[in-house]
Amino acid sequence: MSRRLAVTELRKRYGELPVIGGLDLEVAPSEIVAVVGPSGCGKSTLLRLAAGLDTHYRGEIRVGNELVCGPHPAVGLVFQEPRLFPWLNVADNVAFGLGERHGAHAQALVRDALEAVELTAFAGALPKELSGGMAQRVALARALVTEPQVLLLDEPFSALDAFTRMRLQDQLLAAWTRYRPTLLLVTHDLDEAVYLADRVILLSERPARVADVIPVAPARPRDRRDPTLAALRVALLEALHLERDARLVTA
Amino acid sequence: MLWWGSVGLGVFEAYQLPPPPVVLDAAIGLWRRGLLQLDILATLARVVEGFGIGAAVAVVLGTIVGVTRRSEEIFEPTLQALRTVPTLAWAPLLLLWLGIDEAPKITLVAIGAFFPVYVNLVAGIKGVDRKLVEVARVFDLGGVDIARRVVLPASLPDLLTGLRLGATQAWLFVVVAEFFGSSRGLGFRLTDSLQSSRVDLMIVALVCLAALGKVTDMLIRAIETRALRWRDTLGERRLE
Repeated sequence: MSRRLAVTELRKRYGELPVIGGLDLEVAPSEIVAVVGPSGCGKSTLLRLAAGLDTHYRGEIRVGNELVCGPHPAVGLVFQEPRLFPWLNVADNVAFGLGERHGAHAQALVRDALEAVELTAFAGALPKELSGGMAQRVALARALVTEPQVLLLDEPFSALDAFTRMRLQDQLLAAWTRYRPTLLLVTHDLDEAVYLADRVILLSERPARVADVIPVAPARPRDRRDPTLAALRVALLEALHLERDARLVTA
Repeated sequence: MLWWGSVGLGVFEAYQLPPPPVVLDAAIGLWRRGLLQLDILATLARVVEGFGIGAAVAVVLGTIVGVTRRSEEIFEPTLQALRTVPTLAWAPLLLLWLGIDEAPKITLVAIGAFFPVYVNLVAGIKGVDRKLVEVARVFDLGGVDIARRVVLPASLPDLLTGLRLGATQAWLFVVVAEFFGSSRGLGFRLTDSLQSSRVDLMIVALVCLAALGKVTDMLIRAIETRALRWRDTLGERRLE
């Protein structure tokens, strides 16, 4: 079901400011790739472009063999904030992307998505009644319900406390096992990156390019206490520092 | 009590401010002759029609102006200029254009209802969270669907505020409209009693207008609390 996401020679500038400067990356079908990098380096911009929200760029973004030139039903996006529609209850929020025909099929899809994030009991609740973590799970379910082949996540858990975040990471993995989308996750949490991803891509300072790619070998389910992950985290941290220092030297 | 006492103590003469029983008698007298019902129905019909038309036009125009920048440039300056025209100034023009029939009265009420609804709706639409619109864009919704499924529900609180203010304005404007060449209605009853110096009848009309205005307001408030149960605001919290 899932498709490859391929970005080639991507360049993007805001006015005079180059944000992405020739970026290449590929995410294989059903692979999980985490993107980390210095803040303000264009990580979120990369996701906005891949989601088709902004089509002013040079280079190529492909989903499967299709060129991305606007929002695409095969591509889902989860934002940093839940962005739920406050006037819709949980089930209707999840159903939003299915259009307004709430047939039996749509209802089954919504039920599945809510089950995937363990929120079946809250189907009738309003967003104002949810905690931050629950709201973000609804947002995840809303993105999954249309069964996107590529799912983009923009620092989805960054606003949550450490415990909720860990729980949501596991839930994301569970949902991924169920739907198997190709997953591109932008994060600033290195633990999150090495815990979730098959590969971690390190971006350079602005304008963003791929500075390093670090494969994460341990098979899932992973143990957060695994020393291999801790070592990878250290390696990533060093690479990030190197990246910053390189920038300082050139500047 | 204050009213009763002030007449009894001679603060006002009875012909200036008749005591409550006299006013009640006048009301019953009007009702027996079927005039009070006719007045109320005539005024109510004008308010309902005028408010309906004014609010409907405001919702359509407000949505278009709120959503598309192009139409904002076309309509907004004209509408802002029209808004500064005082209420009463419309009356002679409408009389001339539309005659002394129902049409100018309903139009005047519609104008009164239009502006609060329009202004509040446009402000509401402008204030819709861009982030919510973006969610709809990710799902590849077109402009009309985004307006219908995101922008309008999100600006519903402002629309309802506008409708409430618009209804108040409609009641105000209907009285003004009925001052000019009408033979029925609570506004007519006011001018008619002025000519015959019947303060008691005037008070009957005023009480009716106040009651009807209050009922309208309560009705829209009831709709508000039902339709906006999803809101997470101080006002909502207090209701719980």
